[in-house]
Amino acid sequence: MDPISAQQPIPVRQLLPALLVTTLLALLVYLVQFDQGALSQSGTFLHELMHDGRHLLGVPCH
Amino acid sequence: MVWTLVLRGLVVGAVAGLLAGAFAFVIGEPRVQDAIDIEEAASAHASLIPVIPAHISDWVVSRDEQRFGLFLATGLYGLAVGGVFGVLFATLRGRGRARTDYELAVRLAGALFLALVLVPFLKYPANPPAVGNPDTIGDRTAYYLVLLVGSALAMLAAARVAWAVPDGAVPWKRPLLAGGTFVVLVAVLMLALPAVHEIPADFPAQLIWEFRLSSLGTQAVLWTVLGVGYGIASYRAAQPRVAAQRA
Ligand SMILES: [Zn+2]
Repeated sequence: MDPISAQQPIPVRQLLPALLVTTLLALLVYLVQFDQGALSQSGTFLHELMHDGRHLLGVPCH
Repeated sequence: MVWTLVLRGLVVGAVAGLLAGAFAFVIGEPRVQDAIDIEEAASAHASLIPVIPAHISDWVVSRDEQRFGLFLATGLYGLAVGGVFGVLFATLRGRGRARTDYELAVRLAGALFLALVLVPFLKYPANPPAVGNPDTIGDRTAYYLVLLVGSALAMLAAARVAWAVPDGAVPWKRPLLAGGTFVVLVAVLMLALPAVHEIPADFPAQLIWEFRLSSLGTQAVLWTVLGVGYGIASYRAAQPRVAAQRA
């Protein structure tokens, strides 16, 4: 029932590579929420495509 | 171990994002369309005033494509948020006060929803198209991000306070100290940041209210599915190992 009660912390050394992934994922959030073509190099296509999602996710859009 | 936890976050996050997209499509999308109709009518009226460009009608992506794009946006957002959630989960596992993976997953999702969604929403709530002033979008985005980051830091401070309280303390000590820390820090931040009042006087109040609820609901679906789903996946992943140990 309580299999994890003796959880061992994962050493920081092993966690560091995951920070790199976090940076990439943060870029992805930026792409969805704020990018206007600078990152995606698609002009404003992706920006416009994801327009309604931006509003409904609560990000200031326009 | 780390990558298993991150991958779990990516998968559960993508599912959570798509389900949130389904909620947003059914509940939120009609409100977005109503607001765009109002915006179109207003810009047709105001065509002599060149300040506000007609927003949607000038775009290369059609409205139908934007409705599909909604799922792309929430799916990618869920994927990214889920991956970050997995990294945080891996970092906090065994370090905080949660005793099980399920408990940690649900608490982490709740804390992140509070800090990253609810607090920013209270001061700078989601707005449908046609509500914001295009000239202030830069400022509004900056305020929103400052509140978001500040709120996340306040949550981190509250977590540290919570972890410092020993398990043997009276039951109200931890929630009151941690909750108090969060509320005070967020209150100071909210009072310091400027207010935004841009809703046009003739914009239907009912539509604003319904849009904002549907936006908050979209985020609530995402974070609930992410937290509970991640917790269930973690619990189930640990089961065979326990059974093997007992045998
Ligand atoms: Zn917009």
